[in-house]
Amino acid sequence: MSIDLNLFGALQYLWSFEFMQHAIETGTMIAVIAGVTGYFVVLRRSAFTAHAFSEIGFAGASGAILLGIAPTAGLLVGSILGGLTIAALGRRAANRDTQIGIVLAFALGLGLLFISLYRAFDTAAISILFGEILGISSGQVLLTAIAAVVILVVVGVLYRPLLFASLDEDVAEAKGMPMLFLGTAFLLVVAVAVSFAVQVTGVLLIFSLMVTPAATAQYLSRRPMWGMLLSVGIALMATWVGLLVGFYTPYPVSFFITTIVFSLYILVRMVRWGMKRKAPRGVGPLKSS
Amino acid sequence: MTNGHGGLPASPGSDSTPTPSSIITGEGLAAGYKEKVVWRGADFAFGRGEFIAVIGPNGAGKTTLFRLLLGLQKPADGSIRIFDSPPRRGNPRIGYVPQRHVIDSDTNIECLELVRLGLSGKRWGFNPFSHADRDAALAALESVGASELARRPLGALSGGELQRVFLAEALVSRPDILLLDEPLSNLDLRRETELLHLVNGVVCSRGVTALLIAHNINPLLPHLDEVMYIANGRVATGKPSAVLTSESLTALYGVQVEVLRDPHGNVAIIGVEEHHGDMA
Repeated sequence: MSIDLNLFGALQYLWSFEFMQHAIETGTMIAVIAGVTGYFVVLRRSAFTAHAFSEIGFAGASGAILLGIAPTAGLLVGSILGGLTIAALGRRAANRDTQIGIVLAFALGLGLLFISLYRAFDTAAISILFGEILGISSGQVLLTAIAAVVILVVVGVLYRPLLFASLDEDVAEAKGMPMLFLGTAFLLVVAVAVSFAVQVTGVLLIFSLMVTPAATAQYLSRRPMWGMLLSVGIALMATWVGLLVGFYTPYPVSFFITTIVFSLYILVRMVRWGMKRKAPRGVGPLKSS
Repeated sequence: MTNGHGGLPASPGSDSTPTPSSIITGEGLAAGYKEKVVWRGADFAFGRGEFIAVIGPNGAGKTTLFRLLLGLQKPADGSIRIFDSPPRRGNPRIGYVPQRHVIDSDTNIECLELVRLGLSGKRWGFNPFSHADRDAALAALESVGASELARRPLGALSGGELQRVFLAEALVSRPDILLLDEPLSNLDLRRETELLHLVNGVVCSRGVTALLIAHNINPLLPHLDEVMYIANGRVATGKPSAVLTSESLTALYGVQVEVLRDPHGNVAIIGVEEHHGDMA
């Protein structure tokens, strides 16, 4: 296999394949929604919840395959049901770890059963678990586009109240903000975003787009707006580079995406750690009051 | 009455003389639920620009009073009124700083953002770059002497710095009433004094009525107009000199209580098991 060093030529060649076009289009949209929703997932410390959605979605997707329905539909139904259940369980994420873990394990077991009932065990399971970005149909591209628009509009409308409720729950509640509604709406947005992101990363690697880029971005910027844009930027970069490298090598795209975001996260943490050691807290312009 | 006061820089003479029109009143107020009342029989009337300390042992129901004022809980009995109407959730005329233990040390979001959300966090939609919000938030931070914290991440602040930022968040919407739930816990003596001076400044200069829950009344005494002492399911309200006496607290607790005063005017309350106001 020869690797083309002319980047433009390489991209042109890559774009000439329909499956790569679909992969790039879907990957781009998913990187955007995962970066945006992921920012709130990290801010609200709901990473475990996001992970649970993907595994509950796995049960839904494998059930859908068994019934001969599109796996995305099963994923959506599964994770939305999961989202509503978790929202009903209670408000504070810290208290939900155990319940989420219990439901998650059961869902995974259920998915395993569905998959084993289905003949083509291997390919179906692998593609749901680890993503199948190179096998996306034009119908799925359209569906992802619709989901992306819906998610961005909803997050745009919820932006300030959700940010407030995430940063300062007690004051937000005292100010009469609809906490249950906000929490539920947020979980549903995450459920939908996860269902689509699974196409790229698979159920097991969902963190690589929903959590790692946002976590990295929160180290880089103290302003939510910039943090969110950075989070999207990192997810986009990882998806594009992952696709490019994945196209020219025999290894899975999800692996490259995961590796890129992880390396960046480690790098950012190391640089910050180095900076902290050089300039301990409290050093900075001191103004008298 | 609705607009005239919040924005005024000063309301002269409001620091000690009780205004004839009270803005917070309670009559025969009881807190809790029908089957389990936390305290009962509270009567009070607080005017504009008064500084009130809410004192009492742990679990006496001090925070419950705030929940009643915020409209998060209904009175078990009696009536409570704010600006002559029952409390309602989300009243923009009340600024609130809840009791908090810590903010996660990895919250890497600048303070300015939190203060700004205190002003516009309730609004739907996506408008993160509003200059008016930003200026109001900066002004609120400045009013509590925390301008230099604007760009610092929330997670890196000390207890005293965090309290000032929370105070700015509560003040940014220019409320008429300020509810502070144990803002002094976790502060050393110097920070305690600083924060009290700030609150007192707000009370005097903006005519804000401040209710402050505290464990130790002594640092508050120089600033206070009224004390609300909650203990033993009962409430005593009045001037500090009237409430903090052996007779009044003995009546409140139902057991013999001695109030001692040192030459500096500090009080020590003796005879109560779980105590909090001792001279340390």
